[in-house]
Amino acid sequence: MNWLLDLSPDEWNAVRLSIKVATVAMLVSLPIGIAVALLLARGRFWGKTLLNGIVHLPLILPPVVTGYLLLLAFGRRGPAGAFFAEYFGLVFSFRWTGAALACGVMGFPLMVRAIRLSIEAVDRKLEAAAGTLGASPLWVFATITLPLILPGMIAGAILSFAKAMGEFGATITFVSNIPNETQTLPSAIYTFTQVPGGDEGALRLTLISVVISMAALIASEVLARRVGRRMDIE
Amino acid sequence: MSVVVDIGHRQGGFSLDAAFESSGRLTALFGPSGSGKTSLINAIAGLIRPQRGRIAVDGHVLVDTGRSVFVPRHKRRIGMVFQDARLFPHMSVAANLRYGRWFTPVSERYGDIGAVVELLGIGHLLERRPGKLSGGEKQRVAIGRALLASPKLLLMDEPLASLDEARKAEILPYIERLRDETKIPIVYVSHSVAEVARLASNVVVMAQGKVAAVGPTAEIMQRLDLFSHEERMEGGAVLDTRVLHHDERFGMTVLGSPAGEIRVPYLQAIAGQPVRVRIRARDVMIATEKPHGLSALNVLAGRIAAIEPGEGAAVEVKIDCHGVTVMARITRQSQHALSLTSGREVFAVIKTVSFDQANMATAPKEQFDA
Repeated sequence: MNWLLDLSPDEWNAVRLSIKVATVAMLVSLPIGIAVALLLARGRFWGKTLLNGIVHLPLILPPVVTGYLLLLAFGRRGPAGAFFAEYFGLVFSFRWTGAALACGVMGFPLMVRAIRLSIEAVDRKLEAAAGTLGASPLWVFATITLPLILPGMIAGAILSFAKAMGEFGATITFVSNIPNETQTLPSAIYTFTQVPGGDEGALRLTLISVVISMAALIASEVLARRVGRRMDIE
Repeated sequence: MSVVVDIGHRQGGFSLDAAFESSGRLTALFGPSGSGKTSLINAIAGLIRPQRGRIAVDGHVLVDTGRSVFVPRHKRRIGMVFQDARLFPHMSVAANLRYGRWFTPVSERYGDIGAVVELLGIGHLLERRPGKLSGGEKQRVAIGRALLASPKLLLMDEPLASLDEARKAEILPYIERLRDETKIPIVYVSHSVAEVARLASNVVVMAQGKVAAVGPTAEIMQRLDLFSHEERMEGGAVLDTRVLHHDERFGMTVLGSPAGEIRVPYLQAIAGQPVRVRIRARDVMIATEKPHGLSALNVLAGRIAAIEPGEGAAVEVKIDCHGVTVMARITRQSQHALSLTSGREVFAVIKTVSFDQANMATAPKEQFDA
């Protein structure tokens, strides 16, 4: 156990950074994911197939390609990167924020899929009933739809978190592999495997990675079960 | 209080083109499935947007396609009880009941949870989840939930259709109490003659997307030509009577009506209480002179008002008994043998035991006193 926890400061930073990046990626993409899932599940508009395709692209493209596209769009000289830097003071390139962006984008299709499925499973008759009781569409969403899709939201969030914990290709392409800034667990493991005598460090981080992923999975199971019990759908 | 509907709506191969006006306490929309009843009340509730027409409740215009008026459902204040209760599965029964109250301005609220819970007998369910309730319990909670949103009009879309006979019998008295003890007018969709005869003060008959007839319940129930084959067997006269007294010795109740006394199996009712009875046409015999040595206890004197052709071997005879019409279904052969013609003095004979509990109920008050 001591051997496992006897991490160098750089290794600790990689663990902390990974958790931070994955958490931020998950939290920021959740509201966007809900909105996009709603659009895809319920919207009727021109270009829906196109939107669906774009959302799913990161799932199909080689991660390196996604990372490179992010670099082009969100890099210092990229149009989106320049926009965020100028108006929000938010810089992505070679920063941990960029790692979070890359992880969020890679996990996005998984999150949207899970939420979309749960939205499609919601009985719209319940929403109609809430409407006749005086609830405006916004209230119907907040008091009926949202609670009913909670299990799907939890599943989507956990999938996104897990994907972010394991994301490697897009991250390293977009923001490189800078210790203390963009070196997440997978990058750190990769670095260890590239130097002689790094096997022990790689194994340590690998085990830590397994533990964190398992913990996230178990947490989501417990949460989903608790919500499901509360719901008790007919 | 009045409901005025005049709409046209086309959806797929079905077209609805219906107009009616009602100011009754409980208006039944009656007709076979697919006749457009549900589309009609969905339009009143704002769940569908009719392509043409006008809907007004109590003078408030909810839909007027000519003036592009369409009030969204959540601003209509029209309660709806669905066939499939549609309780919110993630809330307790109590939270379901309180849901609509939340969205009702304090000044427009009426009734309180305690009274509604008592009216519907759902006090023991409040902490439960909807998933654990029986069909009848769910439907009672759904009625309570709609009531507590303080609606101006309550729509009920075949609330009993998915329940078995025992559950129906359990809920019907609650709907009667609702009709008689609250001031909310009700529009009740049904394809069951028994329910309509028992509950309605007015009936709107729908067929193939159109209104086939409108009128007071007693009048419509005699129009057997409006009914399908199975329902024809259930059709007949609807009489609003009062309890005169009970005959404890034989376990019977004696009802008073303009046609004369009617003896029925014992009823839980006090003297003077209004009771509505349905006399199925097939349960009535006709005698040309006052019968002797007959087991049937109810013999009503009257005059044949009309004889209409029935299905197959049957004819339907309308007998005017001192102002109320009783119907009899007899064979053409009997009509011939007794040479029954319009205007002839006859006696309508009804067995006491042909009145079962489902055919007797408290009568709706004629006037809606809002």
